[in-house]
Amino acid sequence: MERFLQTKHLIQIDDLSRSDIEEIFALAEYYLQKNKNKVEQKHHLQSFTQINVFFENSTRTLASFELAGKKLGGIVQDIRIATSSIQKGETLIDTALTLNAMRPDLLIVRHSSSGAVNLLSEKVNCSVLNAGDGSHEHPTQALLDFLTIKHRKKKKEGLIIAICGDISHSRVARSNIALLCKFNNQVRLIGPSNLLPNSFKDMGLEIYNRMEDGVRNADVIMMLRLQKERMKGGFIPSRREYFNRFGLDNQKLLLAKSDAIVMHPGPMNRGVEIDGIIADDLNRSVIQEQVEIGVALRMAVLHLLVDRKN
Amino acid sequence: MEKQITFINARLIDPKVEIETAGTLTINGGLIDKKNDGIKGKVIDCKGMCLAPGIVDIGVKVCEPGEKHKESFRSASSAAAAGGVTSLVTRPDTKPSIDNPELLEFFKNRGKEASKVRIFPTASLTKRNNGKKMTEIGFLHDGGAVAFTDGFNSIPNTKIFHQILKYASDFNTLIIGHPQDYFLTKNTSATNGVFASIKGLSSSPDFAEKIGIERDTALISNLNIRYHADQVTTKIGLDVLRDIKATNNRITAGTSVHHLLFNELDIGNYRTFFKLKPPLRSNADREALTEAIREGLIDNICSMHTPQDEESKRLPFEEAAPGAVGLETILPASLSLYHNKILSLNQLFRLLALNPANIIKKSLGCLDEGQPADIIIFDPDKPVKIDRFQFRSKSQNTPFDGFNLQGENLLTMVEGEIIFKKNSFEV
Repeated sequence: MERFLQTKHLIQIDDLSRSDIEEIFALAEYYLQKNKNKVEQKHHLQSFTQINVFFENSTRTLASFELAGKKLGGIVQDIRIATSSIQKGETLIDTALTLNAMRPDLLIVRHSSSGAVNLLSEKVNCSVLNAGDGSHEHPTQALLDFLTIKHRKKKKEGLIIAICGDISHSRVARSNIALLCKFNNQVRLIGPSNLLPNSFKDMGLEIYNRMEDGVRNADVIMMLRLQKERMKGGFIPSRREYFNRFGLDNQKLLLAKSDAIVMHPGPMNRGVEIDGIIADDLNRSVIQEQVEIGVALRMAVLHLLVDRKN
Repeated sequence: MEKQITFINARLIDPKVEIETAGTLTINGGLIDKKNDGIKGKVIDCKGMCLAPGIVDIGVKVCEPGEKHKESFRSASSAAAAGGVTSLVTRPDTKPSIDNPELLEFFKNRGKEASKVRIFPTASLTKRNNGKKMTEIGFLHDGGAVAFTDGFNSIPNTKIFHQILKYASDFNTLIIGHPQDYFLTKNTSATNGVFASIKGLSSSPDFAEKIGIERDTALISNLNIRYHADQVTTKIGLDVLRDIKATNNRITAGTSVHHLLFNELDIGNYRTFFKLKPPLRSNADREALTEAIREGLIDNICSMHTPQDEESKRLPFEEAAPGAVGLETILPASLSLYHNKILSLNQLFRLLALNPANIIKKSLGCLDEGQPADIIIFDPDKPVKIDRFQFRSKSQNTPFDGFNLQGENLLTMVEGEIIFKKNSFEV
């Protein structure tokens, strides 16, 4: 099979064409089956070196990328820079050049500043994959979310998808918006006005400040994590008021389609944005599935980026 | 240099008159003598090129003291001379800031010994430019500060600002404000809107400027003080400025040439040379600004020359330092207003020379008899491609890099002395 990605780097969803995404999904399905059946991996990939450079703390995304790389037979090195060289005064570009000199095939980068991964990608020879930059994008999260939706809904167009929470600061939301709109889905954004800027309306998206209105008849409800630092009064008055307005509980879920699924990129704040019972309801919640698909999806993306190079 | 020089075959761009004329201009002993009054002394043939008063640029940062590696008096002066700028109204936001008379004295002396163009220093309104305690405004005023400003900082505490303004009004001086609401703009790097939302950039609303203008001008409304808004850049800000200027003639406002030519979309993929303060605005704002220029609402165009070294810009967008150099691009960039038929050349030089000179109450910026001969000769049509590595500035952070503009400065003269000349131009 001829597999080819147009883009060298994956920084944002718009780097991918629709056919690129189809390609990624096809390969992800293959890896998903392989992972499920615990089949001995046959690497058709040449050996490759992958460095996970995380300037911001992460557990699950880092683990997912690490596992994906290792399952493909790559040499995977994690570097957590949040606590090392930046404090020694090294600039992002110097860090990039240092890593570049180690001749990796792939850099997986997370950074707290929007655009930082793009800047880094301009300075290195290898492919760079954005694992989250500030409030900008987190493309593999959106891809794995979308593949999960496709699995459950058996289609990927014409769905009503409600994204709820702190849209303003969410890179997951931005990547999902870009991806879901690419496939002609109806995207609704739900959140308090101070965490959901009007500019999203100017992009042609529906915005709701009452969750009950936003989830009505939805096929998918995607909950976002509310960062702890936003709970202290500057953005929302209290956890309980937030949960009352925007937390997903049974009452609100009843307004969605009867087969609506519930998603969350993790880590969850039970009782803040989502009721624990819903999160654990395997008929509704696909949160564990997202994690499983995440590994396969990332294997597919890594595979295609490495293959491109060879 | 001869005492008496006559420029012949010149397009005389005198901002004090409506229509440009072709003719001659004689200078004598460093002063402008007569227009179209025969040939005296040495002859310089302008060959049909434009002769205009030198640009008076309000808000230039010379990075002495403290960051001489970004820009020194020598490099700024040489960049200015090449760019057709003959007077620099400098900012006090140096390291340390120009907030006491001794430093002002040092600053002036450095300017005198190292600069070929005129230096008109402004001093800090508050100590360390941090908006808390007022500087010795009296001493600084007597020491030659032409205005008081905290640069890009607006004073957060309105009561403190009011006290300072009342005190400063004893000196009938000029305050240059940065009319942007402090808290709305703090730690932001773009303008609210679709672009900032897609890029995930922290942003401030356009009405932060409206609030800034309304607050600052309300505070001075009953005071004997002149106020100049450094850069007005939004439609909403221009609308309130229009109303306020109608009732108070001590208020003036400028804008930067960058805000006239670029909008937020030019930031593109987080290009830090396009990170400015205030940030680049929407295209609707930019168009409103162009209209305001045509209408005469904006008094002056400046470069807001802000040198930054490579390290300050080679960072993620939100962490990068704001500002752009502009001394060597202000002429061709602002000439686009002439080429786009927004302004005549005479009108343009009102905004580049005459008005800013009036704002700081200096007798410069026109071709009147008896004025100092601060003049430039330029070709308004010559295509130029901006190459930042050819700059005389020590810093090369220009958003115009690689741009094709029109207009080339050929000769710059300050008080009758030629301080810059293109090799191609014969004298």
